[in-house]
Amino acid sequence: MHSDVTQFDLAAPPSLQAVLKQLAAEPGKHAPIAGGTEMMVALGAGRLQQRSLLSIQHLRELRFIRVEDRLLHIGSGTTFTDIRRSAEIAKHLPLLVQSASWTGSVANQNRGTIGGNICNASPAADTPPALLAYGATVTLVSASGERTMRYVDFHLGYKKTALRPDELLHSIHVPLVFGDHRQYIRKVGTRNAQAISKIALAAVAKVEEQRLADVRLGAASLTDRPVRCSATEAVLSGASLASDALEETIRLARAALAGETHAIDDIRSTARYRGAVAGNLLEEFLRSLAG
Amino acid sequence: MPQRNAILGASPIRKEGRAKVLGAAQYTDDLALPDMWHGATVRSTVARGYIRNITFAHEVNWDEFCIVRASDIPGKNVIVHLMQDHPCLANGYVNHPDEPILLIAHPEKAALLRALKNIHIDYDELPGVFTIEESEAAVKALVEKNDDSRIIWPTPKADYEGGPNCFKTYEMYSGDAEKTETGLEAAFETADFIVEGEYATGAQEQLYIENNGVIAECFYTQQGEVESVCVRGSMQCPFYLVHALTLVFGLPDDKCRVIQVETGGAFGGKEDFPSVIGSHAALLAMKSKHPVKIIYDRAEDMAGTTKRHPSRTRHRTAVRKDGTLLGGTIEVTLDGGAYATLSSTVLSRATIHASGPYKWPHLRVRSKAMATNLPPHGAFRGFGAPQSLFGVERHMDRIAHTLGLTPEEVRRKNFLGTGDTTATGQPLVDKVDMQHMLTRALNEAGYHEKVARFAEENKHSLIKRGVGFAAFMHGTGFTGSGERRLNSLVYLDVLEDGLPQILVSSTEFGQGTNTILSQVAAQTLNLPYEDIRLAQPDTSVVPNSGPTVASRTAMIVGKLVERASLQMLETLRLQVHLPADHTREEFIAAAKAYRAQYGTLRASARYEPPAPIFWDDEKYRGDAYPGYAWAVYVAEVAVDMRTYMATCTRFDALQEVGKVMHPVLAKGQVEGGVAQGIGYALYEKCVWKDGHLANNQMTNYIMPTSADLPPIHVHFEEVPSIHGPMGAKGIGELPMDGPAPAIMNAIENATGISFCTIPLLPEDIFERVQSLGHPHGGTEDLDPSVDRDTRVEEVSA
Ligand SMILES: Cc1cc2nc3c(=O)[nH]c(=O)nc-3n(C[C@H](O)[C@H](O)[C@H](O)COP(=O)(O)OP(=O)(O)OC[C@H]3O[C@@H](n4cnc5c(N)ncnc54)[C@H](O)[C@@H]3O)c2cc1C
Repeated sequence: MHSDVTQFDLAAPPSLQAVLKQLAAEPGKHAPIAGGTEMMVALGAGRLQQRSLLSIQHLRELRFIRVEDRLLHIGSGTTFTDIRRSAEIAKHLPLLVQSASWTGSVANQNRGTIGGNICNASPAADTPPALLAYGATVTLVSASGERTMRYVDFHLGYKKTALRPDELLHSIHVPLVFGDHRQYIRKVGTRNAQAISKIALAAVAKVEEQRLADVRLGAASLTDRPVRCSATEAVLSGASLASDALEETIRLARAALAGETHAIDDIRSTARYRGAVAGNLLEEFLRSLAG
Repeated sequence: MPQRNAILGASPIRKEGRAKVLGAAQYTDDLALPDMWHGATVRSTVARGYIRNITFAHEVNWDEFCIVRASDIPGKNVIVHLMQDHPCLANGYVNHPDEPILLIAHPEKAALLRALKNIHIDYDELPGVFTIEESEAAVKALVEKNDDSRIIWPTPKADYEGGPNCFKTYEMYSGDAEKTETGLEAAFETADFIVEGEYATGAQEQLYIENNGVIAECFYTQQGEVESVCVRGSMQCPFYLVHALTLVFGLPDDKCRVIQVETGGAFGGKEDFPSVIGSHAALLAMKSKHPVKIIYDRAEDMAGTTKRHPSRTRHRTAVRKDGTLLGGTIEVTLDGGAYATLSSTVLSRATIHASGPYKWPHLRVRSKAMATNLPPHGAFRGFGAPQSLFGVERHMDRIAHTLGLTPEEVRRKNFLGTGDTTATGQPLVDKVDMQHMLTRALNEAGYHEKVARFAEENKHSLIKRGVGFAAFMHGTGFTGSGERRLNSLVYLDVLEDGLPQILVSSTEFGQGTNTILSQVAAQTLNLPYEDIRLAQPDTSVVPNSGPTVASRTAMIVGKLVERASLQMLETLRLQVHLPADHTREEFIAAAKAYRAQYGTLRASARYEPPAPIFWDDEKYRGDAYPGYAWAVYVAEVAVDMRTYMATCTRFDALQEVGKVMHPVLAKGQVEGGVAQGIGYALYEKCVWKDGHLANNQMTNYIMPTSADLPPIHVHFEEVPSIHGPMGAKGIGELPMDGPAPAIMNAIENATGISFCTIPLLPEDIFERVQSLGHPHGGTEDLDPSVDRDTRVEEVSA
């Protein structure tokens, strides 16, 4: 333990409103803590900057999964275990279930929340690629109101998000339009459990008469933040999977993906490896569509 | 005649199992002594240099703290292992990152954090060497250019035998040195093939669950002089720490008391290191006049304590085209880190195991342990054998591929058998049947069917499957004359209730010492297992039965417990007429009668070799070990050419370890060792940055989880040995030796690519595949006599 816990304050205001009020009263002074599975690691390592923590783990207002207006709404306080157990999510968003299932360990999944996963904004986090591929939107709340934005605009840079200090992530919304899409996700981690992604790719696409439509690709660890691979999507839009065209489609797609890859060398892997494997995963997806 | 209870060979529940499962077991950090303070270590942030200045910032009230420097040490500033080169606290000069410089203590643990942040040390940095190659280059610069700028050991320049940057060297011949040289010359001249290869292994962290930790006390005379010290903690070898304390404090043995408390795993990581942390805590206790507890956290433990020695092994082998070995030279080099610690004995075991389980008409092994500016490497399960066996077992496959034979054919041509002599000249008197072992292991694994099937399936799949195996042995007990020097002693007492208690310094740290020694005593005394107790290893109470290392506890200490038990029975039969084939009640009655008459009842047994053992330390020849455990391990792998990840998908481990004392524990030892071996081969990489372990957390030091491990099938052959109790031999380290070469052999079978460096991570496979120009690998036919291993080891920031 590299932190002196006596130097930290932890409060659990009774309601969402109370939390928002406190955040608004002293912006930047308090940090929300949900499952704590990120923040406690930072505390142990002695690098937790915020001294005053407001628990939001107990707020029922933030923990829900419901279908409304052809959208699936997920409260930010929903745990990975909640996601894995939800019949609605299993039916509509299999990639999200899959990514929740390989996040950390069972203990992590019982505490860790989807809100914490995206607000922590690690480029390697597990649920963002699926949410990006599904074209999610997010709602942010503060004492002065709420705003909804495209999730792809939420990540501004390395560990930087659109959240203001007085705001919380309230919920995530995914349109239920993927019934006819082919879906793919793969995580390449350092090991099969308790692993941080070296690279991950989530993909959905429609195939109409051997042509691709509505291709959406979300990736982890390809750049400094979770990203949609829009240049690759553009190349693939309308591309042919016919046997005489498949190799060319793959070649162009790999080239486009390489063009929008800005992977790094770090303690877990190398940029070269990440770039090559991302291409291999994309190729695996495309071949599975053609096959 | 009543049936003897069959306790040995059964699997009674572990002696301390209940307490552990119920959470009642007390580990070091569960203990507190009255008025105890907490200690911490101030460590170097550079790899090598002179300490220019230490400043204590004004933000902290230093009067509240106890601060220990090198100058406070009452005895010698040294942590003694085999040499006296390793300072207890750096004094003006540091030789590796994370080297202890100061110790601080305070009543409040949290206060230490702020204090550590407010101590600043300036250095005049010196250039360091961080690999075997850099250390060798430094020696070359000294010899050729008289440039000693990177000679990092010994400091100060003492006359240690290895010479500059070299802790120790060995030269070992399979016979008379001169004749062997002549034989080698002829062998290389007449050979059909000469096969060369270089094989390298990385450092590995022991990763016991409980980090290193101790609590120390210091006692004073009325005149205020230090009278004695007492350290309790997590450790394997209490008497090693006694020895270390006698030097640091200048006290006699009996004034340095050490108590082992429940220990949460060790794997060798608590063999030599407790001498460091134990001395540190005792120094703080001495100066603060309070008991002091030091517990490392995971990050500190990983960065600051010992790892397995990295190695490089070079083979040059003369072979006939039918696969017969004609002669060979082997060079084994270990990276010992910044101080000698146990490197010379690790090197010794690496040297002796380098030949593998084969007949070498002429063999020369040269070995050396080099100094680098990494934290000292130390003991780790296998102790040098995994390193050199990796070399020889990869090399056997290379020979096979060069000759166009199968790996099986080459090994069968050369296996040692009963009556043969090993490379050290030891005649194998006990039965050894590696031919049968190989046949059985390959059958258990379905090896031949898989070789054929995978070769077909791989043509059409991006997942390449393969099988490979390794054949090997592990010497049980200390090397050569080591056991005689240890001169181990065991006591067996009968307590007031008429039931026995074993007194040994052999420690339990999860592997089963308590259980198997109790089984031996119960079996021999014909008492229920539950009746046997063990005294806590407290050096003021138990005799020195030697360190708990070297796979020696079952065979050597077990035998002593057996002998002490027999002696106790004899005493009772002679003195108080304990009947033959006694019942439990008769034993208790006799024991009580004896105690009533004589006061106490103690049997003891001191080590004597059950059969003559000859060993020549000068020539490094003779009976290297009292006994060997033999094994053939078969690995099956899948390499995904999309992600370049190699996964072990099935493992078969067949071993001959003498009588299996406790099948459940024995199987557990093998499964655990195989898991550790898989980690060694495919996952666990120490990322060093200027000598500091950069991935000193379990997030980034990738130990395999249960989700990464295959089904492990454990098989035994039982050939009783005269050296162990009821025929048992050692099993602790053996399972660590085989997995890495078996897995690399399987990967070559799967991909056609020969990898000779571990750990082998997906990034390494990727780079190698790229360099070969086959984007998806393939079953290309490499010229196996050319080493094309790229050894991509660097990790950029
Ligand atoms: C052993 C271990 C393994 C792990 N493995 C994985 C893995 O495989 N994949 C992976 O992606 N992650 C992994 N993690 C990281 C972590 O578990 C996840 O990121 C998790 O989703 C974090 O959620 P939490 O609720 O615990 O976040 P917390 O730690 O409570 O918070 C994380 C951050 O988000 C902020 N935050 C939380 N909720 C909100 C909100 N509603 N509005 C605004 N800000 C908010 C907090 O202020 C904090 O900055 C692992 C962690 C551990 C300890």
